[in-house]
Amino acid sequence: MSKPQKQIHLAAHFPGVNNTTVWSDPKAGSHIEFSSFVHFAQAAERAKFDFLFLAEGLRLREQGGEIYDLDVVGRPDTFTILAALAAVTDHLGLTGTINSTFNEPYEVARQFASLDHLSGGRSAWNVVTSWDAFTGENFRRGGFLPQDERYSRAKEFLATAHELFDSWHGDEIIADQASGTFLRDARAGSFVHTGRHFDIHGQFNVPRSPQGRPVIFQAGDSDEGREFAASSADAIFSRYATLEAGQTFYKDVKNRLATYGRRSDQLLILPAASFILADTDAEAQELAKEVRRQQVSGATAIKHLEFVWNRDLSSYDPEGPLPDIDPDVSDNHISKGRAQVRMYRDPLATAREWRELASANHWSIRDLVIETGNRQNFIGSPATVAKTINDYVQADASDGFILVPHITPSGLDVFADKVVPLLQERGVFRTEYEGPTLRDHLGLAHPDEASAERAAS
Amino acid sequence: MSSAPSSPLHLAVALDGTGWHPASWREQSARPRDLFTAGYWADQVTEAERGLLDFVTFEDGLGLQSSLPQSRLRSTGGTTVGELDGRTDEVRGRLDAVLIASRIAPLTRHIGLVPTVIATHTEPFHISKAIATLDYVSTGRAGLRVQITARPDEADHFGRRTFPPINLEELRSPAGQERLADLFDEAADYVEVVRRLWDSWEDDAEIRDVATGRFIDRDKLHYIDFEGRHFSVKGPSITPRPPQGQPLVTALAHQTVPYRLVARQADVGYVTPHDAEQARVIVAEIRAEQEAAGRGGELLHVFGDLVVLLDDAQAAAEDRRARLDALAAEPYTSDARVFAGTPTQLADLLQELAAEGLTGFRLRPAVTGHDLPAITQGLVPELQRRDAFRTAYEADTLRGLLGLPRPANRYAAAATA
Repeated sequence: MSKPQKQIHLAAHFPGVNNTTVWSDPKAGSHIEFSSFVHFAQAAERAKFDFLFLAEGLRLREQGGEIYDLDVVGRPDTFTILAALAAVTDHLGLTGTINSTFNEPYEVARQFASLDHLSGGRSAWNVVTSWDAFTGENFRRGGFLPQDERYSRAKEFLATAHELFDSWHGDEIIADQASGTFLRDARAGSFVHTGRHFDIHGQFNVPRSPQGRPVIFQAGDSDEGREFAASSADAIFSRYATLEAGQTFYKDVKNRLATYGRRSDQLLILPAASFILADTDAEAQELAKEVRRQQVSGATAIKHLEFVWNRDLSSYDPEGPLPDIDPDVSDNHISKGRAQVRMYRDPLATAREWRELASANHWSIRDLVIETGNRQNFIGSPATVAKTINDYVQADASDGFILVPHITPSGLDVFADKVVPLLQERGVFRTEYEGPTLRDHLGLAHPDEASAERAAS
Repeated sequence: MSSAPSSPLHLAVALDGTGWHPASWREQSARPRDLFTAGYWADQVTEAERGLLDFVTFEDGLGLQSSLPQSRLRSTGGTTVGELDGRTDEVRGRLDAVLIASRIAPLTRHIGLVPTVIATHTEPFHISKAIATLDYVSTGRAGLRVQITARPDEADHFGRRTFPPINLEELRSPAGQERLADLFDEAADYVEVVRRLWDSWEDDAEIRDVATGRFIDRDKLHYIDFEGRHFSVKGPSITPRPPQGQPLVTALAHQTVPYRLVARQADVGYVTPHDAEQARVIVAEIRAEQEAAGRGGELLHVFGDLVVLLDDAQAAAEDRRARLDALAAEPYTSDARVFAGTPTQLADLLQELAAEGLTGFRLRPAVTGHDLPAITQGLVPELQRRDAFRTAYEADTLRGLLGLPRPANRYAAAATA
């Protein structure tokens, strides 16, 4: 018998504050009005998606000492917008990216537990770490966390939050009006945590939520990040959406699970993926090319070149050749508040390579930035895209995808209306939600069942 | 326009669990098992909106409720002090107030939503964008009620500061007063940061200029560069200026230090006079502080807080109060006056207090399931008959309902000066 078909998981990433999002398109709507979020969330729910995903950024990006003005700027507060979206959706999971550096466990735990209650068990937490003093300037605690301590704090933050979620078991509230007993035990929610980063104790004040704990996502890619995910996450928001890189990552991470007594299906791998749809594959390829030019204006091309050169290149013509001067390799980087610049570990080599590429292909600065930048992951007719996505999932490149449309808020509509029915026809995507909670959608056990199972094994 | 007199009353309701009486959860109407569901809160706020109320407030706290601070509240200016009481016969546990408000916002259209935020242990940057976002999801109906906490157990939940226990006598001592003043100073800085962040984007900062590729005009975004004793915040906010420009800022106050916070920073202050004479004295003190703060020409609302038990007959309300007190095994006292009577009697009292300068009232239903509908279906029609309350919502925003203009942006003014 052949291996049974895997069921695909799909999520919708609200378009972000980077140049993937094309705000200059006439169809592009507001990134801040609630109506945009409602449109987006309801499209995802209509298509029976697993969840909606929100990224985070706690300081506006700067380049060359000025606020970066070429991409979408501005976003809402994550918890607040997710709570409001719980009112206009019935099943869709609500995933928020929340930093473990610029928050405290007691407050974050009560926000997620509250969101889980208010959404009937649909909350998820993408735990991210940060250390940069630039963002820290907006917060009480500042940015004093050394880089090598970020996972140590993140791990302890998550462990502490779990202690708080688990401090109520779910049977404490009796609320018997006749006898006058509200709580079974006055010590409900008691906790003590003594650790390197947090030394807190007392009583948590949010009773056990429907999912017990929010679903936990992790997004880090380092070896440490992968171990962190294998030990304590329910899903990974990964960056490997191509077939081979996806398969390598998938195997690597799933192989780490056994060490922690976990099965392969207890950690889902969900890469972020962009897409371009048109009636035919050829039209989609044309459209994809056009969108990449919209994503990289001349001004954007210069700014992206500055990520590598680490110099002010504003005097260069984006339609002209690459600079002859070499990158500035000093520590103080021209771009602040952006993770992407750390990808260029050897700027001198990158610059050399790019000059060669540009000269061989007769590329301008803008051409080069477009050609070396990210291509859309899935380009084609609905049939092609549905087939490709299914092939990738069945070939263990992932368990599904977190889709990132390039138009707000309507960019998901065509996928929802054209691709999802084809996946449903193939029998690899749900036609109805099977349960009320996000854990139900993701096939994850309630933490109480999961821990009982682990104890028994 | 209705034929209301020049200054009709404003009415808010303070929501807290099943109601403000500690035995409220034991009443038939109370629904204590629903407290942690969205449906419960949606029903309460919808009822308040049916009564055309200006806004609802949501209580909150960073620790379990305790009966001990309640008895000490009167002298401490809305501060929670004291410690846990180990009781199992009262409601314990609550959901985050900002998230409740946001969950309800899309289900309502006119009523203002004013969650409590605790300044003492939280980040002003997070709260500023949270309330701005609440303003977006409610299209201009957001506010906040700022509160401080001196509770040692709540400080222990954060582990960054140690608050030694403090009792009533110590609070009256100069050292105790200094500690309180310090917490209120921090709250004042907190509100200052929250407000500056709301203004850190000018209204027309988003330009979407395709020709130059610029999404924003960065000259219309502003660093707030706040440096205070407890925190420094750089800015600008990550969230654009909210629809109201400045969402409503409110605070409960019982003595001079918090009166000053109200006078300097708030749009609405809640005060707790027990009679007309106290109302007159309190209003005079706040107005003097307002003048001293250079806000003499601005509209600053001073609302009276009252706990209410409402029934069609006075005896029924008093019986109910006695029954609740018996269930709680002690008479209920509060920082605010506890009123038990008929809607007509309450309307008389509100008008008597309003004559001393109060511009509205925040009513705390003793039993939400009973006294909230009594407010919306008994008190409101009575006040309408007297031309003392609106007969339809007359504005789209919370500031609009309260007669507050949409404020100019402090940074835009500075830029053009």
